[in-house]
Amino acid sequence: MFEFFNPYKIFRINSTLQKIIFFCFIIVLSVGLVEALFLSPEDYLQKDSVRIMYVHVPAAWISLGIFSTIALLSFSVFIFKNKNLILISKSLAPSGILFTLIALVTGSIWGKPTWGTWWAWDARITSMLILFILYTLYLLSFRIFEDQDKSNKISSIIAIFGAINIPIIKFSVDWWNTLHQPASISLTEKSAIHTSMLIPLIIMTAAFALFSVLIFLMKYNTELIKIKNKGLKRL
Amino acid sequence: MISELILMNGYGAYVWSAFAFTLVSFLSLYLIISFQLKKEQKRFEENFSTLTEEKYNVAISQNIHKEILKHSGSKI
Repeated sequence: MFEFFNPYKIFRINSTLQKIIFFCFIIVLSVGLVEALFLSPEDYLQKDSVRIMYVHVPAAWISLGIFSTIALLSFSVFIFKNKNLILISKSLAPSGILFTLIALVTGSIWGKPTWGTWWAWDARITSMLILFILYTLYLLSFRIFEDQDKSNKISSIIAIFGAINIPIIKFSVDWWNTLHQPASISLTEKSAIHTSMLIPLIIMTAAFALFSVLIFLMKYNTELIKIKNKGLKRL
Repeated sequence: MISELILMNGYGAYVWSAFAFTLVSFLSLYLIISFQLKKEQKRFEENFSTLTEEKYNVAISQNIHKEILKHSGSKI
């Protein structure tokens, strides 16, 4: 099963894929930006400020998706004892923390014209801030602890316990009275967003996903070379 | 027409700053990770060039080492 996670194979595929993904990312992002900024209609209530949704929502979705993946991989580490899973998780984290930061900052910018305030200690926003703190702790654990086994264990524990925050973020708008609006898009129900707004949102989500894959591939190769560098010294 | 696109009915400052922050963040992270990758590739190449013949033969027999050197543009 873990033949697929062979570092040599991943490194080889990574190096080839990077250029293709970079090219696709530039094209999809360019189309997404034109759609989001110029072609999509304004909202009847929020007017042009609704365009912030095209960066805010994809960033929030992907930051949640990445942390869920990290938590799942960290849990698998305890079961399968495969260190390559830690390497994959560690390489996913930089884009995850960036997307959380983007979601928080663009949410704050969107909040000012919509709610009249830059920040509110509301359930959704606060739980997203906790996600940002969890990402920070996860990444810091690799820097603070010099013993690799210890840092791997602590980072995995942070990710597994941090996963509790994921359903809190998702359902916070249903469980508590918040300023944040409920979800407009569901996998099981019909979307509450009109197609003219849904298409740019999907294109921008695809662009953000491509960027996170690109950063993951580059970071994975960096970490792998770092390990091989240590191995050379031990020869 | 152009001023309408820029001003966006008075929401331009919010919309443009949100998009600018996103794009600058993307560019910053991409540059940081690229720099880290290049630094590690260079360090690997330097370490490889200092190996004795015996150690070099052991190291070069591993596929992953060959692949790293190939993608760092090394002439070793």
